[in-house]
Amino acid sequence: MRLLARRIALYLITAVVAITVNFFIPRLMPGNPVEAAIGHMQSRVTPATIRALDAQYGLNTKLGLWGQYLHYWGQLSHGNLGISFSAYPSTVTSVIRSALPWTIGLVGLATIISFVAGTLLGVAAAWRRGSWLDNLLPAMTFFQAAPYFFVAILMVALFATKLGWFPQNSGYDTTLLDPGFTSPYITSVLDHAVLPALTIVVGSIAGWIIGMRNMMLTTMDEDYVLIAQAKGLSQQRVIRYAARNAILPSVSGFSLAIGFVVSGSLLTEIVFSYPGIGYILLQAVSSEDYPLLQGIFLIITFAVLAANLIADLTYALLDPRTRQEA
Amino acid sequence: MSSAVSTGASVPFSPEGEPVKNRMLQLPRSPKIRVGLGLALVFTILAIIGPWIAPFDPGKSLSTTSGVPQPPSGAHWLGTTQVQQDVLSQLLAGGRSTILVALISGAVATVLAVGFGVTAGYYGGLLDDLLSMLANVFLVMPALPLLIVIFGFLSKTSSPNDLLIGLVISVTGWAFGARVLRAQTLSMRTRDYVTSARVIGERGWRIMAFEILPNLTPIVATSFLFTVIYGVGTYTALSFLGVISVAHWSWGTMLYWAQSAQAAQQVHLEWWWFLPPGLAVGVFGTALALLNFGIDEFINPRLRAAGLTRRKARRAGLPRRVPLGLTPVLPGAVQDGPS
Amino acid sequence: MTAAGQAMTAGARTGEKLLEVRGLRVDYGTGPGAVRAVADADLTLHRGEVLGLAGESGSGKSTLAYAVTRLLRPPGVITGGSVRLHLAPGSTRDMLAAGSTELRGLRWNHLAVVLQSAMHALNPVMPVGAQLTDVLHAHRHDLDRAARRSRAGALLELVGIPADRLRSYPHELSGGMRQRVMIAMALACRPKLLIADEPTTALDVVTQREILEELMALRDRLGFSVLFITHDLSLLIEIADSIAVMYAGRLVETSAAAELYRAPRHPYTLGLLRSFPSLHGPRLAMTGIPGSPPDLRQLPSGCVFHPRCGYAFGRCAAERPPFADLAGAGRTAGHAVACWLQDAAGPPPPELAGEPQVGEPQTSEPLPVPGTTA
Repeated sequence: MRLLARRIALYLITAVVAITVNFFIPRLMPGNPVEAAIGHMQSRVTPATIRALDAQYGLNTKLGLWGQYLHYWGQLSHGNLGISFSAYPSTVTSVIRSALPWTIGLVGLATIISFVAGTLLGVAAAWRRGSWLDNLLPAMTFFQAAPYFFVAILMVALFATKLGWFPQNSGYDTTLLDPGFTSPYITSVLDHAVLPALTIVVGSIAGWIIGMRNMMLTTMDEDYVLIAQAKGLSQQRVIRYAARNAILPSVSGFSLAIGFVVSGSLLTEIVFSYPGIGYILLQAVSSEDYPLLQGIFLIITFAVLAANLIADLTYALLDPRTRQEA
Repeated sequence: MSSAVSTGASVPFSPEGEPVKNRMLQLPRSPKIRVGLGLALVFTILAIIGPWIAPFDPGKSLSTTSGVPQPPSGAHWLGTTQVQQDVLSQLLAGGRSTILVALISGAVATVLAVGFGVTAGYYGGLLDDLLSMLANVFLVMPALPLLIVIFGFLSKTSSPNDLLIGLVISVTGWAFGARVLRAQTLSMRTRDYVTSARVIGERGWRIMAFEILPNLTPIVATSFLFTVIYGVGTYTALSFLGVISVAHWSWGTMLYWAQSAQAAQQVHLEWWWFLPPGLAVGVFGTALALLNFGIDEFINPRLRAAGLTRRKARRAGLPRRVPLGLTPVLPGAVQDGPS
Repeated sequence: MTAAGQAMTAGARTGEKLLEVRGLRVDYGTGPGAVRAVADADLTLHRGEVLGLAGESGSGKSTLAYAVTRLLRPPGVITGGSVRLHLAPGSTRDMLAAGSTELRGLRWNHLAVVLQSAMHALNPVMPVGAQLTDVLHAHRHDLDRAARRSRAGALLELVGIPADRLRSYPHELSGGMRQRVMIAMALACRPKLLIADEPTTALDVVTQREILEELMALRDRLGFSVLFITHDLSLLIEIADSIAVMYAGRLVETSAAAELYRAPRHPYTLGLLRSFPSLHGPRLAMTGIPGSPPDLRQLPSGCVFHPRCGYAFGRCAAERPPFADLAGAGRTAGHAVACWLQDAAGPPPPELAGEPQVGEPQTSEPLPVPGTTA
């Protein structure tokens, strides 16, 4: 429990650091890019909007840095991330809110599939060491090293453009007149999710396989695995003895991996024009929509921290030693 | 360690028992290290000479007549882009920037990792708590979105510069190495030779530099390789997104242009446009990862095939894979040995 | 259990052979780089007996035990010999000829193992109860879930741990308790043979003694035989019926425990006896053995012990002494030794001549140092 408390403290601190960094970045940049961007907007927005943006970025204000910082926290505590330049008059919060479910659904599902399948394959590769799975490792390493979005481009080229099995882009069939919870709509959502999800799985699975394989090889050298075999347990049971221990580093290594997976997924969405966070991120970058850009950074950070917390809770469930009250 | 292993280790056969010097000499024998080193060398050489041997100016439109990318031909070995730029020239010119940024970010991040990790592990206490906390914050904070925000603002006003890009990337890439190095230093702090150096009054930085660091070499090497891979991936991703000026040639910018022209979505796949830069990134990363695996196996001998190579086992008539708890008995072993 | 237990006790110490190891050879690796870790080992363990196997670390004693159970890991390979298990008159199995299914039936039903470190031998993420019921699940198909559970509790109580500890995880138990759990686990199917590899070495002295007494009490009650491996010869003298001493992968002396203690015949045994303070016996000057065990890749010529042996003479470096029963009248059967001093050629030095000499500590001279005697 103490371990868990420490982790939660770390996540809180990380969140504060992320928010603070987010506050300072535009203020520390040379040449004041924000002022220029707001200047471009002057003609098409209301004076009230300009005032709000000025306050957000500390322009034309008598407030000191500390006062601006407190103001920033105050805005955040109301869920106010500012107004999107590119989707004016929408707020950043509402733009993100419409994109977030797509990303969470896609990345969450793909990550679970990748983790489960990768772990199982890693166990198999270690147990049947020297089998065909070991020969696949270099190829898997390539997909691990290649950027997600390149894998995504390959997927589009092969399975969408060349073979025509799946749609090339978007998150659902945009020709459907009624995008409600109807069965053609849901079918089209699943159909459109296959390739992006496959990309994320292909890009991330090698890490889980290799990590689990190496940990299994180390664990299989432990006496308790030998004893399990000597006790006459079924092969399945012996593997379980080893795997239950070997999976622990994979679960605790989740925090390192999830950041990469999320980042990779955002770029994957861009290739597929998938209507998630990655897609609005590209919009934000290309139209210099700074409030949206910064809002996305915060939301992703919070999501990653939440995923980390889930991983920590899982770890505590899996390892009785961490549950000990100390 | 299990007694089964220590039984093996007590016989002076196991790799753990061998002196470090001899093992160092064995290092290049691993095929993973050989292939990885060879490929990394080829890429580095290309990065140096690439822009000089590039047949054309990578940004120049060589013909204004056609708006369609041309497939590979004698004049353009890797074809052309939509605006008739030579893909091969872009690949060669872009390689230098990509690899340079990766190496800079890897080197700087490794220096930071060694500095923070070894210091935290050696001194312990409050300093360790603070540095570890800092490393953990950087580990859990998603790096790419942060970099996108930074470069989103930065590239608006300043021109891209490989050194600056590498430096900024390294700030987000040092934490993992620092954590591993800290743990290793912690375990070495109580070793006899470190204690004795401390007792005779050696200064802290001398002990760290001359007693501890040399023993961390393999870990520093993996940490460097890891951050170089990270640097390639991150730089390519940033360029692909267009947050770093799309006129600055790198493999990521090539992919940016290919993607904005929907090269993979065209009925006639323009594969020569998006395949070379993507493959280059992937193969370079794979080469470094192979090197890393080789070093991992060197650090943790359990990952190596244990003792019996496949060929040896086959020659001796033993099973290729020895199941757990079924020690092989050599066929033809005398069933009634001499008594 | 009582009926079965009594039946087994009744059959104890009848001189019936239970485990017969003949010419066992174990290598690490194959081909030219192979290292012979055990060379031509012969051992016999009788029903109900405790056979002690002693030697310094690296002498191959644990390798031998792992090879006997076929639990030795790669690169270990058995390159010769036989390991016979005489389960009942007329029912003999060779461990080295057994396939995986047969081994699964033999191990734990007939022979079980206890390893040095119970911390490593117990799965850290499973309650000990589950690790006990797993054994019963694998071997006792007649028991249902509840019966396995109560049986596991009874096993814990057998080794002096309350049954409610079934829910405990290994890290919640003390070192001694963990080793007791391992013993309970080994005895789950009432094996005829228990192979214990340094079972008490990792424990403190007091716990060591408790566990040892517990183990011996259980043996008296249940009547199993024990192959007890340790570097601590003085401990074996107390608990073993017979003792085998190994050096550099070779057996150098086997004998009844009392006789080995009273009248060791090999200089190495004598050295070992003088390396440990005996817990109960008379006081002896502790002298130890100079030098360290040899590199198995570069064994000395002749007798592998000769570079460290204070009694070595010309022949020792030239020829390997045979491992042979002691010749002559008045010798206890089964006392074998591999030493040229015991060759009929000349009289051995008095302390190795089979004359009781430990009773008079004041006459015990330090062992001669190599090179000081002819």
